[in-house]
Amino acid sequence: MDEGLRGELSKHGVFTTTLEGLHNWGRRNSVWPLQFGLACCAIEMIATSMARYDLARFGAEVFRPSPRQADLMIVAGTVTKKMAPQVVRLYNQMPEPKYVIAMGACAISGGPFKQGYNVLKGIDRYLPVDVHIPGCPPRPEALIHAFMTLQRRIDAQSLTGPNRARHLRSDVDSEFPVPQFGAHDLHPPSNPKTWTPPQSVRSQ
Amino acid sequence: MIDTESIANELKTALPGCGIEFVANPSPSAQSSLLIQGTDLVAVAQWLKDHSEYRFDYLSNVTGVDHLEKTIKEKVKKTQVVDGEEQEVEETVEQTIPGYLEVVYHLYSMPLRHGPLILRARTGNRSNDVALPSLTPIWRSAEFQEREIFDLYGVTFDGHPDLRRLLMWDEFEDHPMRKDYVEPDDYEYEPTPHGPVLERANAHQTPPSTDAPSETQSD
Ligand code: SF4
Repeated sequence: MDEGLRGELSKHGVFTTTLEGLHNWGRRNSVWPLQFGLACCAIEMIATSMARYDLARFGAEVFRPSPRQADLMIVAGTVTKKMAPQVVRLYNQMPEPKYVIAMGACAISGGPFKQGYNVLKGIDRYLPVDVHIPGCPPRPEALIHAFMTLQRRIDAQSLTGPNRARHLRSDVDSEFPVPQFGAHDLHPPSNPKTWTPPQSVRSQ
Repeated sequence: MIDTESIANELKTALPGCGIEFVANPSPSAQSSLLIQGTDLVAVAQWLKDHSEYRFDYLSNVTGVDHLEKTIKEKVKKTQVVDGEEQEVEETVEQTIPGYLEVVYHLYSMPLRHGPLILRARTGNRSNDVALPSLTPIWRSAEFQEREIFDLYGVTFDGHPDLRRLLMWDEFEDHPMRKDYVEPDDYEYEPTPHGPVLERANAHQTPPSTDAPSETQSD
């Protein structure tokens, strides 16, 4: 619909919208996160959901203890290699549409423990991450910012056409292989479908 | 403050035939310790716990140390007959000390408020003689820490009620805190490397030499 006409109509008390806009408006304002935390970042996530920062203002106060009822996985904390298969399994058990926020230095890269023997160098090696938040830990405001970024992305998703949202397409995966415990490392060490190492250009 | 040396002497008279050695620490901390032979560890621990004057009822910490095989060069003075004359000659003697794993225990007494008393025990080597007796039957707090040492250093504790890996998964075969542990080559993306990490990242980027079986270099 033409923007000018819409503005004209709203002056006369006629509200118009598109089905897509209405649908996404509903979706983005009731994103239910999965209730799980892995390390210290989880404390900031808990603070974000409590009264002072009040994530309820964005419709995300309902932390679900079951992945079957959750839309958003906030990976809050250090993903150890021992825990990574369980994180992927939880993601696989979430129904579509589902989103992932990688919260904190650990979840996006391994953080202070990056060279540790038991720390995964970022959850995006196994899962498609929608929003990364740097910080150690990120403040609640940063999580809220990430959440608003995710809301804008949900708003921008189209429901029809070739570029429609992932959960409406049959040709893309919604489950990812759970890594196996190997003799020396996880197997595979990363999922090439979700992650390929960026080419780093280094001057000597 | 307890006197480790006098405890060592008392132990030697109370438990004759036990392998007990006093190890002095000349550093400012002066935390000297007792080196106990593995087979006598349980007897020594029980004595320390039960003795009315010491009553070490609290094992606060168990940890491991990995000692690789090392060679020490020492200069020794010798008298030698050179050209019919007796001369003093300096000679370098190389001595190889085989590698071993060490377990260190820190003991405190809650009722008598003293400690720490530091015990050490060593395994025979780093490969096939790595067993030590477990102190979990004496101090329950040793249970998880001995599991951690088993996991990270590979010391096996005889008599431990539940000796499984603690931090790594059961299928894991290495011992990550050993000094010769080789970590998996997951250095494909290092945005801000320096030092050893930079070396490993560069080594990852250069293709492996021809005789080595080629890894998957799709990335
Ligand atoms: S990023 Fe920092 S605060 Fe967050 S889990 Fe890692 S160490 Fe903890």
